[in-house]
Amino acid sequence: MSAHQPQPATGGALRAPLLFAALIVLFIFEGFSSGWNSALGLLNMGLISAIMALGLNLQWGYAGLFNAGTMGFIALGGLAPVLVSMPATPGAMQAGGWRIMGALALAAVALFIAIWLYQRLRKGIRGAALLAWLVAAFFLFRWVFDPGVAAVEAINPSAQGYLGGLGLPILLSWPVGALFAAAAAWAIGKIALGLRSDYLAIATLGIAEIIVAVLKNENWLDRGVMNVNGLPRPFFIPREIDLQADAAFIDVSTKLGIDPVTASTVLVKLLYLGLFVVVIAALLWATERALHSPWGRMMRAIRENEIAASAMGKNVTRRHLQIFILGSAICGLAGAMLITLDGQMTPSSYNPLRYTFVIMVMVIAGGSGNNWGAVLGGVLIWYLWIKAESWGPGLMQLATAGLDNGVLRAHILESAAQMRYLAMGVILLLVLRFAPRGLLPER
Amino acid sequence: MDAINALVALTNYVIIPATSYGAQLALGALGVTLVYAILRFSNFAHGDTMAFGTAITILMTWIIQQAGLSLGPLPTALLALPIGIVLTAGFALLTDRIVYRHYRKIRASPVVMVMVSVGVMFVMNALTRIVISVFSVPILGAREAVSGVDEIQFADGARFLISARDFRDWTGLAEPLALRATSVITVVTTVIVVVALFWFLNRTRAGKSMRAFSDNEDLALLSGINPARVVAITWIIAAALATIAGTLYGLDKSFKAFNYFQLLLPIFAAAIVGGIGNPVGAVVGGFIIAFSEVGITYAWKKVMGYILPAWEPSGLVQLLSTDYKFAVSFTILIIVLIFRPTGLFKGKTI
Repeated sequence: MSAHQPQPATGGALRAPLLFAALIVLFIFEGFSSGWNSALGLLNMGLISAIMALGLNLQWGYAGLFNAGTMGFIALGGLAPVLVSMPATPGAMQAGGWRIMGALALAAVALFIAIWLYQRLRKGIRGAALLAWLVAAFFLFRWVFDPGVAAVEAINPSAQGYLGGLGLPILLSWPVGALFAAAAAWAIGKIALGLRSDYLAIATLGIAEIIVAVLKNENWLDRGVMNVNGLPRPFFIPREIDLQADAAFIDVSTKLGIDPVTASTVLVKLLYLGLFVVVIAALLWATERALHSPWGRMMRAIRENEIAASAMGKNVTRRHLQIFILGSAICGLAGAMLITLDGQMTPSSYNPLRYTFVIMVMVIAGGSGNNWGAVLGGVLIWYLWIKAESWGPGLMQLATAGLDNGVLRAHILESAAQMRYLAMGVILLLVLRFAPRGLLPER
Repeated sequence: MDAINALVALTNYVIIPATSYGAQLALGALGVTLVYAILRFSNFAHGDTMAFGTAITILMTWIIQQAGLSLGPLPTALLALPIGIVLTAGFALLTDRIVYRHYRKIRASPVVMVMVSVGVMFVMNALTRIVISVFSVPILGAREAVSGVDEIQFADGARFLISARDFRDWTGLAEPLALRATSVITVVTTVIVVVALFWFLNRTRAGKSMRAFSDNEDLALLSGINPARVVAITWIIAAALATIAGTLYGLDKSFKAFNYFQLLLPIFAAAIVGGIGNPVGAVVGGFIIAFSEVGITYAWKKVMGYILPAWEPSGLVQLLSTDYKFAVSFTILIIVLIFRPTGLFKGKTI
């Protein structure tokens, strides 16, 4: 594939350490210039973005699969913390929860019967019979499902109105989020892989929109656009308010000469940082091991020449499905981490530009096929994405300094907020054109 | 009487909206399918090309309105449309020259071209919002200037061909029927555009060379067809189709850049359902998607009430809420991918 034309890597062995050192310097500078609290916040989100980029890199970098639905897998992963860690709404299961579960089970059974019918029936009547069965099953489903939903949503709608979760530790939701995303990826990959390469892109674009639509509208599941607030934290990360009320903590922070409020927020962010670094380290270890194993070589062989690989007896579609599921699972994991860090689930915040296409820019800019590159690209592009929001208007302030403070200037300044999209597009185009192997080329 | 009322309600709430929406999708899908047939990649920037073309057309509409010109009962935007098409086509050719040409030269794989189109999508997305916000100030004046994320209504002229009240007075039926001018304009424009396009592809030399190029690139080159010309014509047509589709959609509903990005899914679904690369398929696909979307998200209670007066449904008899309209295009897409991946008409020839 031409994006992966073999060229000699430039910069040698020092390239990666130097770039990462530059990134660290950037964040230290950020810490001194705009405060450690905001710098650490930026870094934490950058690390989560890096994990998303690692997931997409498996798909695009290792296998050349175009996944235009990262947002969906991230959002689905974000559902896991709600379902795992929130307390169950008292009485919701009795009121309508069992009905809803029953309806979902019914839907699953109906689908299996449909598949069975499809395999058994003769060709002539198959289409009509299937259609009739599915329509009947749909009405049956709605008949069971709707009253359950109404009953659940009627319970204290201002604060609850949903089933709630299992009340388990939130860290458990991370692998669960990965599993959710993996299941969705299996379903979509099973259908769209093995066809024309663009079909996967369009199918994933669709599934992402639908996942987000479900999260926005199914109030019984996650309160929809009313959001779920107050998710618990991992057990070892305290709340800032508790810290600020803690005499011992105030004592220590005053001794160090730091304001207790700042100290508490920084400490919490540092704890999250530590947790995220552990996850990234584990993922990097695993993905690097995979890349340099026979499996990784096989994946790259398939990417470079599918026909040759299949002539060597490799099942291309199966391998693609496998890596598509793995990459999506990592995105789901990142989605669960994101919601854990935010402490709330806000389905309306999922935007395809931010959660699908910016992640692509991260992978391409970092270096497709290189895991360290994905991490570098993830953090760096996240930094630029956030900074461009303030740099754009700042730049425009300077550029329009000659204009008087009229409406025109106000409009130019206002539209400068769009600069971040322009910047992402330009970065993507420039990298694809002049450095298709990215900042850290694949070795 | 009830049967007629049911038919009127059906026409008013399903057939008319779905026809105009289907026409808009068909034009969008035609653009996607032409780019696919000639340039051989799925253009993710098409939705934003539609938004860009519409934004330019809106700006021109405002200029023409300020100059005091109008088309009488027709919306002024139709007068501005040719200028919008020319500028958008110019932008598309420029994009091809700066961006896409390089990848054709190195014979990049389709999936890389798709990635490139994502970059173009970002750029056009930002440009659309910047252009409409900044240029609205000198054109509309300080007080009425719009921002890049506003929802913009720019349809003027007559609103209804048949208003609900007139219809009731004429027929004495209980059900109202309103025929909006924008629906009629959409359908008429689409018919003209589609006929012109098919005439161009089937009858003219340039159109035939495009079909030959799509069918077999090497053979076309061998017979002396100039590929640069074919590519340029393709971009011009795609930009024109995008601008027309976008403007019609904006006239019918309203202009908001993000909504155009979201049209990408039904448009791609329409192109694939019909058989990507096949213009007839794109048109048919557009209407299939539109009718399914409107039909499945419409609340059938009223129509059912006329047909089966004895049956009084408790709910709205709505299969899916309108929030799930994308699920409809997606489901159709999935069904086609499972059972007939080449689409209804065999794809990739024009």
